[in-house]
Amino acid sequence: MCGIVGLLVKNPALRGQLGELMLPMLIGMAERGPESAGLAVFTAPIKSNLKKLSLYSADPAFDWDGLDRSSRAQFGKDTSLTVRSNQAVLETGADATAVKLWLKHDCPEIHVLSVGKRIDLYKDTGTPGEVAERYRFSELTGTHLVGHTRMATETAVTPERAHPFTAGEDFCLVHNGSLSNACSIRRKLEPLGIAFETDNDTEAACRFLEWRMREGDGLEAALHKGFEELDGFYTFLMGTQDELALVRDAFSCKPAVVAESDDYVAIASEFRSLAKLPGVKNAHIFEPNPEQVYIWRT
Amino acid sequence: MADLTFDLSAKPLRELNNFLHHQVADGNLHLFVNNPEGAHNIAVGVDAPIDIDILGHAGYYAAGMNKQARVTVHGNAGPGVAENMMSGRVHVKGFASVAAGASGHGGLLVIDGDASLRCGISMKGIDIVVGGSVGDFSAFMAQAGRLVVCGDAGEALGDSLYEAVIYVRGNIKSLGADAHEEPMSTVDFAAVEELLAAAGMRQSSSGFRRVASMRSLYHWNADANQEY
Repeated sequence: MCGIVGLLVKNPALRGQLGELMLPMLIGMAERGPESAGLAVFTAPIKSNLKKLSLYSADPAFDWDGLDRSSRAQFGKDTSLTVRSNQAVLETGADATAVKLWLKHDCPEIHVLSVGKRIDLYKDTGTPGEVAERYRFSELTGTHLVGHTRMATETAVTPERAHPFTAGEDFCLVHNGSLSNACSIRRKLEPLGIAFETDNDTEAACRFLEWRMREGDGLEAALHKGFEELDGFYTFLMGTQDELALVRDAFSCKPAVVAESDDYVAIASEFRSLAKLPGVKNAHIFEPNPEQVYIWRT
Repeated sequence: MADLTFDLSAKPLRELNNFLHHQVADGNLHLFVNNPEGAHNIAVGVDAPIDIDILGHAGYYAAGMNKQARVTVHGNAGPGVAENMMSGRVHVKGFASVAAGASGHGGLLVIDGDASLRCGISMKGIDIVVGGSVGDFSAFMAQAGRLVVCGDAGEALGDSLYEAVIYVRGNIKSLGADAHEEPMSTVDFAAVEELLAAAGMRQSSSGFRRVASMRSLYHWNADANQEY
């Protein structure tokens, strides 16, 4: 069992309250996933020549100031670091691949959580309440977010195996369910040069879909390929720069409920996570159909 | 009849269910549950002829194992509403999630909106009336009872049916293994009318079709090609 939550605000006036609106949703899913939690938030875009990388260090005493100095020295003065507990966002004008290689070599204890122009990613072990407080989720702002509470069934409970998973840039995925052919998907992708960071089944789905999009499929076409290739139980919630997407497998054993109003579209595994949203009584509430692609744009 | 209100935002669910299990045996009670907010297991295991109105959306297993009580959900119901119901009546005014009325032995389950996948799975005597449509695999391995669907039915309707009977007015996406359509008799029309009336739905029985078991899976066929 796991819990998923997603929120996209249609009303620009609510972008400043994105984290505040989401927090009761994530806490509402604590019983479905009490051991890890994570969240990807899509913020206002940064300057066109920059990219940002979300970084994680398991060591609470990690020398972020030292990394700030050395990254500036390495990549120039348009590089900056903003720290939140065990996570930091590195903004830089340097090539993201070069930054990742440098980090791997100079700071092997750093795990790169995401890369993009809008995505910030946080994930860690602990109850959803603890993780939300550690990374001050209630203060997050942006257009949309994708969150997850984890109860592990497939792989170990570690920060890197928490959701969301990312692949490529500005793409993330959370999953409630389990995939039975994750290893064959992985064996198909690895010879194409696609590297995996964990043994988690969800990572296979995330990398599969990102690979399809890199090959030219739109998100919707990629998801239809996913229906054909991904075997198992799933409710997937995905975020791109300007989209929030939701699909359920043909058997729909894993739940999802959507509440849509003029102000927002909110998605959760169960209604109890939506119950505290303002105006939810007048929102259109429905359960997504099996193997139907739902995409909302910012 | 005594009226009583229970606010789930102020008191824990366990207190409600404990009260319903131990202090309502003589009936004569109309209970209103405020602020359900999708909580699981609201009014499960009630065994008394009382009225319960849940004023909002319910989570998993609302009114599960119900006996005698008349439970109304004034909103949507989560997975497994009225699962294993024995008797009484459960009425969902909105839509119901998966496995509504699963393995129910008796009583009447009414869903005004749609019911999701596996509605009436393994039903064992319950009657279910759905005002909207039902999802895939509904009435899978249904053993006894009747399922009335005013809207459409999804894939594999009535797969591996035993003796339950399904009545559908709309389109059937596909029938499951061993399920087939049979002609409606006057007894069938009367049954549909009786169930629609009991559900409070003012609709006629015309246009309904009957789906029942071919019973070809009841016996091992030694002559069939056994390559699976």
